[in-house]
Amino acid sequence: MMSRTTICRGILTRDSGFGLRSMSSWWGHVEPAPKDPILGVTEAFLADPSPDKVNVGVGAYRDDNGKPVVLQCVREAERRIAGNQNMEYLPMGGSVKMMEETLKLAYGENSDLLKEKRIAAVQALSGTGACRLFADFQKRFRPDSQIYIPVPTWANHHNIWRDAQVPQRTFHYYHPDTKGLDYATLMDDIKNAPNGSFFLLHACAHNPTGVDPTEEQWRDISYQFKVKGHFPFFDMAYQGFASGDPERDAKAIRIFLDDGHSIGCAQSYAKNMGLYGQRVGCLSVVCEDEKQAVAVKSQLQQIARPMYSNPPVHGALIVSTILSDPDLKNLWLKEVKGMANRIIGMRTAIRENLEKLDSPLSWEHITKQIGMFCYSGLTPEQVDRLTNEFHIYMTRNGRISMAGVTTGNVGYLANAIHEVTKSGSK
Amino acid sequence: MEGKDMASSAMLSIASAGPSASAANCKASLRKTKIGSFDVRYMLGKAKGNPFLKSQCSGRVTMAVAVNVSRFEGIAMAPPDPILGVSEAFKADTNDMKLNLGVGAYRTEELQPYVLNVVKKVEKLMLERGEYKEYLPIEGLAAFNKVTAELLFGADNGVIKQGRVATVQGLSGTGSLRVAAAFIERYFPTAKVLISSPTWGNHKNIFNDARVPWSEYRYYDPKTVGLDFDGMISDIKAAPDGSFILLHGCAHNPTGIDPTPEQWEKIADVIQEKNHIPFFDVAYQGFASGSLDEDASSVRLFAARGLELLVAQSYSKNLGLYAERIGAINVVCSSSDAAARVKSQLKRIARPMYSNPPVHGARIVANVVGDPALFNEWKEEMEIMAGRIKNVRQKLFDSLSAKDKSGKDWSFILKQIGMFSFTGLNKAQSENMSNKWHVYMTKDGRISLAGLSLAKCDYLADGIIDSFYNVS
Repeated sequence: MMSRTTICRGILTRDSGFGLRSMSSWWGHVEPAPKDPILGVTEAFLADPSPDKVNVGVGAYRDDNGKPVVLQCVREAERRIAGNQNMEYLPMGGSVKMMEETLKLAYGENSDLLKEKRIAAVQALSGTGACRLFADFQKRFRPDSQIYIPVPTWANHHNIWRDAQVPQRTFHYYHPDTKGLDYATLMDDIKNAPNGSFFLLHACAHNPTGVDPTEEQWRDISYQFKVKGHFPFFDMAYQGFASGDPERDAKAIRIFLDDGHSIGCAQSYAKNMGLYGQRVGCLSVVCEDEKQAVAVKSQLQQIARPMYSNPPVHGALIVSTILSDPDLKNLWLKEVKGMANRIIGMRTAIRENLEKLDSPLSWEHITKQIGMFCYSGLTPEQVDRLTNEFHIYMTRNGRISMAGVTTGNVGYLANAIHEVTKSGSK
Repeated sequence: MEGKDMASSAMLSIASAGPSASAANCKASLRKTKIGSFDVRYMLGKAKGNPFLKSQCSGRVTMAVAVNVSRFEGIAMAPPDPILGVSEAFKADTNDMKLNLGVGAYRTEELQPYVLNVVKKVEKLMLERGEYKEYLPIEGLAAFNKVTAELLFGADNGVIKQGRVATVQGLSGTGSLRVAAAFIERYFPTAKVLISSPTWGNHKNIFNDARVPWSEYRYYDPKTVGLDFDGMISDIKAAPDGSFILLHGCAHNPTGIDPTPEQWEKIADVIQEKNHIPFFDVAYQGFASGSLDEDASSVRLFAARGLELLVAQSYSKNLGLYAERIGAINVVCSSSDAAARVKSQLKRIARPMYSNPPVHGARIVANVVGDPALFNEWKEEMEIMAGRIKNVRQKLFDSLSAKDKSGKDWSFILKQIGMFSFTGLNKAQSENMSNKWHVYMTKDGRISLAGLSLAKCDYLADGIIDSFYNVS
């Protein structure tokens, strides 16, 4: 880093009051940041004038017309909270109501942990904010720990733990040959990690691969975690989106809880309630008892306070309105199922299209994978071709956001993928 | 399986060391116990002088492999937040006379929270429009970023016209300050921030958590209950060249004491002379004088000198959008190229913090400020809010002067500006206010006039006089 004395800086000070005298700046050493690999895709997409363009980049749900969706239950909730008389600061820990309901989703309606008040939970800025709070908490209270992150994972996971200054390690997850789970190596990595390591796990609908362990595999992973005394941190950004059933999508977490693990969990309503821009989620940490949960919660708040003081209310109000009203909650469950079903339908469609084109490759993985994303197996070069020649936008790791696939563009998409892959065998 | 059984039985023997085992015994037994390669000590963490961790080893040794083992044994209860904790204490108080003069949240004369009419109108419009809830870009809502910078600098200002301001939507004032602090840490790792003594309590937390060193410059003079201007200038001069000087744009929190225009000029002089970087926290634009433009004059004065500077903004108070968390960080650069680069790096800091900011508050601000009729309505409501506070100041001053027979000069209450008044009460006296009078305020003697009604001024005056004279 440049020292103060060498920082490029014209001296503006001599004759104050005469306006800007020099084009030099304090910020001469500030380089332009690289584009965010995910959000940068949408920026590029928006800038493209082609009428054929397709955005299968960012993981935001689209309906079959390619339009963003605001769920009916959300609209209704907004109507109810309109004219809300109070925009006062939420408590630092966020909306209590929202969190009660949110924890039930992850831990189960009748969870003993909830009854015993053993869960320290705070409202967080969606999944990112929840992960960041946990990473900062981990740094502060387990300063010697590291985080094991699956390969691959959502790119921002690396940024989060890096900015929290927690050293990172990786563990095997995706098998490029099978386009499925590299189960054997994953288990080896779990066994070889030092006892008591912190692991980041995707609870369901792994991002970016869509590859989830089976129930039986989760049980074995949980057992191995017990043997090793590892700490499981679940990032659950897609509850409801994987199978269409939130209870089923929480299965991995429930398995770990049944085995007595004290987990950490990040939850997000960005996708499953379509509340992307509202930034509403939750971080929870299972503690030994109520007293410890109170202490841990207070410390989480202590981390949030100098970051943003207290979390935004609007999204939280929407969530608590929906989840605390049985009719609205049922409507939500129906709508989530609808979204998941549309995606499952599109997976089938794109695979069938590719097979009809006599693609030399196997596309079985498209329907085996689950959730919003499909790890296509496309190389960065192939992805670039898709973008440059066909105006199809996705992240360079070959991740396709199935939510961006419609009956209207699935044919075009399949054709394009076929074009860039037909010569190859992988 | 065999290994597991061995492990379990070995573990059970540790667990039977009862809760009364002393720390020393605990450590001794742990040292002796090793199951294969598994070392129980590892589980309890190595807390070498970590101020956040309590004792390393609790009397009760828990099993690593069994249920309910916690990694967080040694975690102490965090102290209540000195400001937000006040509201919590207030809520818990059942006394009829209780008064919350803690957090700076505006109240009507009836001491009810206030949602501005313009905000209600805009929310209704937004509801009718049925807008999407998609992710904002990392830097926030473009329409919001545009109007917020214009509001601060004036739409005709050169810095805006030349594209020299990097504006990124932030999570109100706190979030904007934090992103700026992280930027300072990353790009000016040897630099220090100077903050006023006193200042808003959370400033220190923000710079601490961002790992930016800070020190204080004199600001409040308890003898005059006014600005220690010479001390301030002297301390700013003494700071190493290229320090960041945190300034409150208007309505200083917690004192309510602002420099005069002439004093601002001199502050700018010394900052230029020392090649410091001014860093404004503007949380009360409109709330100080009632005029949005007037309250931005300190920032504009510095910008007019061609200085590069940082400004954090908040719409919590002036638009009553507290819980929506809407604000911005602005960095004025000497060129539009620098502004673009700086903006890209601010985004890179935000992404691993919260990815992108919440949309709702941003839309409200963009709609209010972007519509001339609504904007004018807002300005009127702003004046009413600021006006109510001025009236309350007057009434409080009148009450104190009438009741206090000692001839003490309470006129500082009238001179101070904005939501807060620094009463001059010390910690014990402030505690007396809570304990005896059920008046909740922060321990530094700050009262939020926004939480005071004309009707309660007499009661408050009684409490202040009692605390000032009868408690030390």
